Parts: sequence; C-alpha cells; structure tokens
Amino acid sequence: MKQLVILSGKGGTGKTSVTAAFAHLASLGPFADQVVLADADVDAANLQLVLRPQLREQEEFRGGQVALIDQDTCVRCGDCESVCRFAAIDENTGDYVVDPIACDGCAACVYQCPTGSIAMQEQVVGTFSVSDSRYGPLYHADLFPGGENSGKLVTLVKQRARARALDDQRQLLLVDGPPGIGCPVISAVSGADLALMVTEPTVAGIHDLRRTLDTVRHFGVRALVCINKADLYPAGVQEIESYCHAHGITTLGSIPFDLTVADAMVAGEAITSYRPGSPAGLAISAVWERLTATLMDVETLAN
Amino acid sequence: MRIVVASGKGGTGKTTVATSLALVAAQQHTVCFRDCDVEAPNAALFLHPAFDTHREVGILIPQIDAQQCTYCGKCARVCQFNAIAIVGKKALIFPELCHGCGSCTLVCPEQAISERLAVSGALDSGVTPEGIVFAQGVMDVGQPMAVPILRELKEWSATDVTAAPDIEIRDAPPGASCPVVETMRGADFVLLVTEPTPFGLHDLKQVAAIAGQLGLPAGVVINRDGIGDDSVGAYCAENALPILLRIPMQREIAEAIARGHSLVETVPEYRPLFSNLLDQISARLDT
Repeated sequence: MKQLVILSGKGGTGKTSVTAAFAHLASLGPFADQVVLADADVDAANLQLVLRPQLREQEEFRGGQVALIDQDTCVRCGDCESVCRFAAIDENTGDYVVDPIACDGCAACVYQCPTGSIAMQEQVVGTFSVSDSRYGPLYHADLFPGGENSGKLVTLVKQRARARALDDQRQLLLVDGPPGIGCPVISAVSGADLALMVTEPTVAGIHDLRRTLDTVRHFGVRALVCINKADLYPAGVQEIESYCHAHGITTLGSIPFDLTVADAMVAGEAITSYRPGSPAGLAISAVWERLTATLMDVETLAN
Repeated sequence: MRIVVASGKGGTGKTTVATSLALVAAQQHTVCFRDCDVEAPNAALFLHPAFDTHREVGILIPQIDAQQCTYCGKCARVCQFNAIAIVGKKALIFPELCHGCGSCTLVCPEQAISERLAVSGALDSGVTPEGIVFAQGVMDVGQPMAVPILRELKEWSATDVTAAPDIEIRDAPPGASCPVVETMRGADFVLLVTEPTPFGLHDLKQVAAIAGQLGLPAGVVINRDGIGDDSVGAYCAENALPILLRIPMQREIAEAIARGHSLVETVPEYRPLFSNLLDQISARLDT
C-alpha cells in the first residue's frame, strides 16, 4: 500500500480540487477499487463537498482539556493567574475565571492551586467520520471552530484510513493535506511515500512552496511538484521549474487557470468527471498518468 | 482600531485585501501591519518593508540538572504533553512535545529544573515605503506550533514607533484552529474574505463562528465575485453578516497579484472602495 499526500504551503492553490480529480481518475484505471481517501485538512474539510459521500460512522473527538475553577472552594489568592503563561485566567471582580479558548490545557494552575480547587475537563473539539464515496471510503473530520489539537485529529484520520486500506488490501491511500507547514502538515506528511505539491506560479505560491518542500524533506518524504494556474505568470513557472531542477525535484506538469474548476465545485463533482475535456480536466489527467507511473515504480519510492 | 483579516479557506485573498487596506489606510492614518500567517507569511512580498529588526522567538523548555535530580518523576507526572520521561536514572526531555508552560519547573522539589529558550521562529520588523510599520513572524521549518510565535508577534513593537498606531491590521493564517483564534484575540473587528464557492462558504462559516465566540463584530469581502454560485450571499443575508465589498473575478487582477503587485496599485479605482471599506468598519465600531 502506498500513501500519497497532496500539499501546497499556500492555501487555495487547488489541493482539494486536484485530490478529488485524482480520486475520480483512480476509479477508472489500475487503482479502481484500490483507493482509500483521507481528508487531512480538518479545520477546512472540503473534500466531502465534492465527493458528497454517504456518512457511515461518526464519533466525537476529544482533544485536550481545559481548566475549571471551583468558585466555592477558591480562596482567590491569584496563584493560578500568575503561573499561567497563556493569559487564560482573568480576575473578574474578585473571582478568577478560565478563558477556555485561551487555556492551553497544561494544568500548571491545577498543581499550584493551594486549595485544590482547579480540575481539568476534557473537551470535545471535533468529530471524526467514516463515509462511503463514489470513489472509495472517505475518512474525514471536522475540528470545531477554534479547536485545538488539529494535528492529533489528522493523525487519527490517517491511522484509521491506513488501517482500512490494509484491512481491505487497497493499494493507495490518497491524503488531501492542509495548507501551511505546522503541526497538521507534519501529521499529514508522516508515513507518506510520496508528497505531491500543488503550487501556483505566484510570488506567494513560490515562497510557500519552498518552505513546504523544506518541511517535506525534513521529514524524509520524497516530493513531486505540479503547477496549477500555470498561465497566470509564465515567469513564475520558469522560476519553479528551475528551482525544482536545481533541487532534484521532478515536476509532473502544469494545469491552466480554468474557471470550470469552480463550476465543478458548485456541481459537487470532480473536474475530470464534470468536464473531462476542459483545459484543467485534460491537464490533471496528464499529471495523474505521470503520477501513477511514479507510484507504480516501487524502486523509485525506495530512494 | 485592530482589524483581523481572516478567511478559513486558503487562497481567497486575505493578503490581497489586508495589504490594499493597509496601503489605503496609510494615506490618512498611522498603520501597523502584522503578518500573523507565520507558517506561510506573504504580506512582505506586496508591502516591501525594509526590515531592520530581527529577534528569535520560541518557548521556554526545561533542562534538568542531573546533579540535583532525584528522579522522583514529579515533573513527568504533571506534564500534560508527555514531554518528560524518567527512565531509571535518566530524565528525558522531548522538546518537540513541550508547550513551555513551566509546570515542571514549578513542581520540582529539588529546584533541579531551569529553563532555556528553544527557538522555533523569528520576528522581523521594518517600515514600508508608505510608512506602514510592518512586523511578521516566521516559523522555522519542521516546527509544529505557530501559536507561541504569534503571541510574541502580537505584543512586539521593535521598530521605533512614537505612538500607538491608529490602525492595526493583522493578516490571519488560513484554517479555523488555534492560530486563527490567537490572531483574533484582542482585535476589534474581523474582516472575512471569501470566494463565492462551496469551499469558500464552508470555511467562512467556521471562521465566522470563531468571531462569534469571541464576541467580535465581523463583515465580509467577497473576492472573485461572479464565479461559483450565490450561496455565500444567501448565508450572509440569513446571518446578518454585512457584505462590505465585492471584488469581481478579473484575470488581470489575478495576474498582477501573481507578480507581487497589490490590488490598489494594479487597479487604482479600488482605492476609494478600500477607503470606503475602512469607513464602514469604523462606523460599525462606533455604533
């Protein structure tokens, strides 16, 4: 089983639209019925909007705790406020109260309270779901707005998806990753065989691509690049290509700027099934062909 | 007046809106710009500050003096993040798990724990050609936690400023988890930039909910207006979220932004629209 994660650094470069198209294309070729999908962008989980899957299971995700002060036994000494490094405890007309949004869950206040008046309370910060989509089982999650521990939720989504792929002997785990380079990205990259960067030839896209490639390399995962919205800025395409060339990173091709992608999103379909002959649809199909060749090439993956 | 520009979905135009708002505001006000997307900071590419101040930041992590440690294990027990383990006569610290809360240092009965700064990123500041005081945080590659860098960035005023700025603009990271919450904390207004697509709408709801939880007033900018569908407009109407500006989909704008030009320098007709946007925000805060 191979694990492919789609990343970008900068948001909005087209990760999810490309992932959905890959899911569709995989269902047509040698990976038909061989795919498990995982949406690792848990605070903006959009793959389900395209795949419109049937929900099968859902459970609560408990991710961390917050402090709660018992006002009946509190002697209002203020020790909790002074040890808190997250400015999560405020004095409010003599009473000390915890701001649950600011609380980091470290429990430092619990251990410093002289009267034992503070306890930690577990928080439900999201939901974890398993669904059936047109193109295979989908593992996904929704972090509640402002929730913590998105990295742990990503890890949960990926672990379960991976277990399913192994159980069903499916050959490909396709992971739609989050933007950025922080904890959810690290969780999304860990264990991947290959990371495909969907970038765009914009000054911001290129800046963030470099940081993401460094992150992927830091975790020892092989990266490939494809350039979306390529015709927006040809000089940017050249810059990306020469950067990749200099760093020994394979580029798998370009996808033109095509508003049909937005129409496909509204229709709740992958671009390659909605308008297979559209400029973006054709280009993504070509990228997918090159990508599957790389995925099939076990020796390449071992490098 | 502190304005956060957020979106949920990435790539909707947060930085485009935030930088143009800052450029227009700077014509009449003192402006401070903070790029709070420490994982992927891009605003400097459009505002061109001359960086003159640099500071490394991170969290305070424990170091244990083996001479004084009795391996009692109290530090490991109070750590909620499993960042300390006592194995026989050895104390192991896992810096990548530590949140820097200081609880272990406080509970150690032997005072065997001291703290050192574990650098996870840096702050840079400088002034732009238009006189905007600019600051950004940049997280180091391989680091997981953006929030400690953000906290420092929000408090930082390194570049010489004589007085508090009239307007502070914070460019938020994408998503809807803790870094976005930290960016919004202490702000006065949240400007939500979205695109009229199902992805844009789904993620807009997430950030609008955070603004609501924090009790912050919010308004919406619809970017790439004309693509997708009208579900964002319907959602805003149902939820009494004012739409303060619509920026139509124009390839010319997308191409200019790709090259690193700001919206208001590409299409100067947007200057009065951004000026009006600023007026609408201040009017909403005055009432």
